Amino acid sequence: MATVHPDFALFDHGETVPERRFRTPMWVRAAGYWAYQYKRTWRSSIVTSFLIPVLYLTAMGVALGSLIDKHSHGVAGVSYVAYLAPGLLASTCMQIASNDMTWPVLGSIKWFRTYHAQLAAPLSVHDVHRGHLAWAAARLGIVVSIYLAVMALFATVHSGWAVFALPSGILTGMAFGAPMAAFAATMEKDTAFVTLYRLVVIPLFLFSGTFFPVSQLPRVLEYVAYATPLFHGVALCRDLTLGTLDFGVDVGHAAYLAAWVVGGYWWGSRTFAQRLVV
Amino acid sequence: MTSYSSQTADVPRADGPPDRRGAPEASPERPASGGVPAAPMVEAHGLTKRFGSFVAVDGVSFTIAKGESFGFLGPNGAGKTSTMRMVSCISPISDGTLRVLGMDPATDGAAIRARMGICPQEDSLDLELTVMDNLMIYGRYFDLPRKVIRRRAEQLLEFAQLTERANDRVDPLSGGMKRRLTIARALISDPDLLILDEPTTGLDPQARHLLWDRLYRLKLEGVTLIITTHYMDEAEQLCDRLVVMDRGRFAAEGSPRQLIEQHSTKEVVELRFLPGAHEEVALALAGLAERHEVLPDRLLLYTDEGDATLAEVHAQGFTPQSTLVRRSTLEDVFLRLTGRTLVD
Repeated sequence: MATVHPDFALFDHGETVPERRFRTPMWVRAAGYWAYQYKRTWRSSIVTSFLIPVLYLTAMGVALGSLIDKHSHGVAGVSYVAYLAPGLLASTCMQIASNDMTWPVLGSIKWFRTYHAQLAAPLSVHDVHRGHLAWAAARLGIVVSIYLAVMALFATVHSGWAVFALPSGILTGMAFGAPMAAFAATMEKDTAFVTLYRLVVIPLFLFSGTFFPVSQLPRVLEYVAYATPLFHGVALCRDLTLGTLDFGVDVGHAAYLAAWVVGGYWWGSRTFAQRLVV
Repeated sequence: MTSYSSQTADVPRADGPPDRRGAPEASPERPASGGVPAAPMVEAHGLTKRFGSFVAVDGVSFTIAKGESFGFLGPNGAGKTSTMRMVSCISPISDGTLRVLGMDPATDGAAIRARMGICPQEDSLDLELTVMDNLMIYGRYFDLPRKVIRRRAEQLLEFAQLTERANDRVDPLSGGMKRRLTIARALISDPDLLILDEPTTGLDPQARHLLWDRLYRLKLEGVTLIITTHYMDEAEQLCDRLVVMDRGRFAAEGSPRQLIEQHSTKEVVELRFLPGAHEEVALALAGLAERHEVLPDRLLLYTDEGDATLAEVHAQGFTPQSTLVRRSTLEDVFLRLTGRTLVD
């Protein structure tokens, strides 16, 4: 059989890899990939995360808002910009999570084969799934933190409870992200994502209480809004930043969002396995 | 080693009954009968893979010893990749038993993959990141410290001859460079076992030869190599032992030289006539050679004395468009065993 020639030694086999005190969990390793490749886009991502809320809050919150405040004395008892800001926070989380958990998931399966590279390493399909979701949640955390800072600049943070808008925003985003990742793993083409965006994301963005109270909608549509996760995310974030908490109701909002996250996670663990372990 | 025509035939080993189990390092050294090493890296019995009603791998059995370079030679669709994916502990087996590094992929898949390097048929590099980035992220999957990854990556880039491209994005690299990077990446964890699925498919000859040279050096390093290919020259160059695979089954097994000796003659005379004429010419020339094969574009005469046979052909008054006298290859072995060519 083969004898080892010292001239061709690939690694110095005398080198010992130091014993680690703490073995990084597998799903963290998977998430680590996404964090690593974020370095390509983090600068523009951060800038956009800062710029977009500033633009919206200025245009709609302040410019449009001053008109609304003049005629309606604010909305729900506060200035329009303070009413709008938490709604935009929740909606932005929905949009970012939707973006992160559709095309990147399908791409990792079909075009870039990122998941396959991870599965060839000692990661299981559940680690791959969990890791990607964990990264989406982490990215939401970064965005929400910046957004809350911008909100503070616009004097729309009326309560110390606003710090809990960070986990609430993440929860809202993942309530969409987890099911969408599960759905994306069943796709062959990305055409369904465009439909999803047009028929779900945009309408929800417009009609779930971000820009105006859902009580303005016709009765039937109002009840439809109650069923959507975004309505609850908006309501929760608004109660936190404005300090208008009703513990029972708000815990209910959070629980509903959590149910969507858990359901999406369960569904995704099945679709990922069906797609990748063949 | 004798050759096998039955797909369920077992590769003979000196270590006793097929269902022996043992931890990789704990088995006693076997007596040197051709230097067969103690603990096999891979043991498969009746290995089967089904996709619905389609049987991709049909009850194959093989053993791969430590330090050897083992090949699966066969055309596209033979079941090589499906077999490799099972051995790589990526694809669950449908039937039979499989032990890799002494462990069961069904329960210890992650532990096995931690000690294996896998170079899949389709690249899974991150095209937007740099060459060095790709090695870093892969090393992190194995939880290696960053300093260790960086040190190994530098050595691997030198080995793969990619040092000058270390900080370049992967996307613009040539196919050969991407393949070398994929192999380097597969080695970042210093694996005992390297699995290469069609390593040089789609590469130009220069890139292929460079890759073969690199893989040969790995062999000398003592890394166990498992290679699948549909190129007979690759199989002949790289493999100590190989199986000829077709339609999910093994048609033969042995070293390249043994297979050629057992299933083909020393030399082959290739004759090209006008299209359509090969059949009738074959009837006339059949007696001149041990065996003949009619291909769509050529007539092959299998003989131990190529030049003499060719002279006879001319003596009999035949004037082929072109002639070639060459040595037998694994392609001829495959043709003999299956009646088809390796590349359809």
